[in-house]
Amino acid sequence: MKVLVPVKRVVDYNVKVRVKSDQTGVDIANVKMSMNPFDEIAVEEATRLKEKGTASEVIAVSCGVAQCQETLRTAMAIGADRGILVQTDAELQPLAVAKLLKALVDKEQPQLVILGKQAIDDDANQTGQMLAALLDWPQATFANKVEIADGKATVTREVDGGLETVALKLPAIVTTDLRLNEPRYVTLPNIMKAKKKTLDTVTPQDLGVDAAPRLKTLKVTEPPARKAGIKVPDVATLVDKLKNEAKVV
Amino acid sequence: MTSLVIAEHDNAQLKGATLNTVAAAAKLGGDVHVLVAGGGAQAVAEEAARIAGVSKVLLADAPHLADGLAENVAAQVLAVASNYSHILFPATASGKNIAPRVAAKLDVAQISDISAVNSPDTFERPIYAGNAIATVQSGDAVKVITVRTTAFDAVAAQGGSAQVETVAPVADTGLSSFVGRELAKSDRPELAGARAVVSGGRGLGSAENFKILDPLADKLGAALGASRAAVDAGYAPNDWQVGQTGKIVAPQLYVAVGISGAIQHLAGMKDSKVIVAINKDAEAPIFGVADYGLVGDLFTLVPELVNAL
Repeated sequence: MKVLVPVKRVVDYNVKVRVKSDQTGVDIANVKMSMNPFDEIAVEEATRLKEKGTASEVIAVSCGVAQCQETLRTAMAIGADRGILVQTDAELQPLAVAKLLKALVDKEQPQLVILGKQAIDDDANQTGQMLAALLDWPQATFANKVEIADGKATVTREVDGGLETVALKLPAIVTTDLRLNEPRYVTLPNIMKAKKKTLDTVTPQDLGVDAAPRLKTLKVTEPPARKAGIKVPDVATLVDKLKNEAKVV
Repeated sequence: MTSLVIAEHDNAQLKGATLNTVAAAAKLGGDVHVLVAGGGAQAVAEEAARIAGVSKVLLADAPHLADGLAENVAAQVLAVASNYSHILFPATASGKNIAPRVAAKLDVAQISDISAVNSPDTFERPIYAGNAIATVQSGDAVKVITVRTTAFDAVAAQGGSAQVETVAPVADTGLSSFVGRELAKSDRPELAGARAVVSGGRGLGSAENFKILDPLADKLGAALGASRAAVDAGYAPNDWQVGQTGKIVAPQLYVAVGISGAIQHLAGMKDSKVIVAINKDAEAPIFGVADYGLVGDLFTLVPELVNAL
């Protein structure tokens, strides 16, 4: 079976972003960009399914600017067989991405789509669920463990209070949580090999999708700063402060 | 203008997150209705009818709605959606699972994890792990929203007297089925709603050492939390994780023990009223947000603190 893995290029998770002074957004010029960490986990899971013989082909997809090619090359260095870039300079929101992915799913006919549970830039946590809805496929979000057998996927999910397991009829959508797997490091030989793999480029127009944003961002501001705290010399002072100053114990 | 709040429950009891979501819905200004979709959930519907400010409760009761499967619950929400201008879910694992499915079917954007209501179409929400706050406006006919529960004070669970109206359950989609559940047992308060939280990080060193936090949590009546490092190392269970990708908490008192304070962890706790950090590294970023910092070895300081309380 074919597996489709959407990946997103985001500001590296270690970068502390700054809000632009004109409040139009955060300053992402000249900051390090990387593959969204949850998407790395998705590519790793798809690659493992291929290594087990469950998946026959892994296709990585990214939507966005031309530089997303780098993200797709990383996915191919981890193990994806080929990449598709839906190239546009316009702002893409989750619903638009879900529609673009639906168009690709209709074309490529995968049995499984594995996405990250959320992107660490917009923190939306929507695209996988939206894609499932548009396709009328079942979904298993926040996956901790995935087993594919007999035309169904059995997925253990991380939920509030513990874990739950659901069984989905294939084709299906899975979104990854942090503990699904430990993504492998990409090696230099694999990076070289990835350069030779196929990378197709299409546009939202080619796919017949209206990707216009639905939500208007009026402004982006700094969160309220916390007032500077103090270091206390010992436990007795701490307890005194908590009792008499903060009055929380 | 009427809002629909999707109740979170376990078929026996309403979850606290529902009360915070009703509070956000009340800020929109119109009537607030609550949908209870479940199996054998009559008692939950009656409980929801007593929430202050709720004018009607819809109960959809069927066995295939009992386990909160996204496919079935989303279909149930869609069956009643046409009467509402706003559909709100708590931003819990369950709400996040279902809301985008509803939004996509309605062909509207979903607004995730709102932290403030500015007007019926304008909302604030944190982005980039809480390092920026975006103010967004939706032009869609129906606003599908998930609510950051810690950003809204819960409404009173008592005092309302809404009608409970039974609605016809939708048919089972048959796309997915529930297999089982493994819930962690705990006598401590629920992490997301606790008044105090004691969290441990990699500095604890082992699952065994994590127990050093038990007496402190007991003294404070606190829930236990953990950093991702501690969870990944197997010191604490998954559902204790506080942070961007775990739970968001905002207790009166947050005690961070042996936690360095990575951006992703701070995203989950920096709205706490008072933050105490205990760490041997005086340069640890956690001291940048802590109201009171104590530099030293946690294995001597934590027991000392327990004795002093």
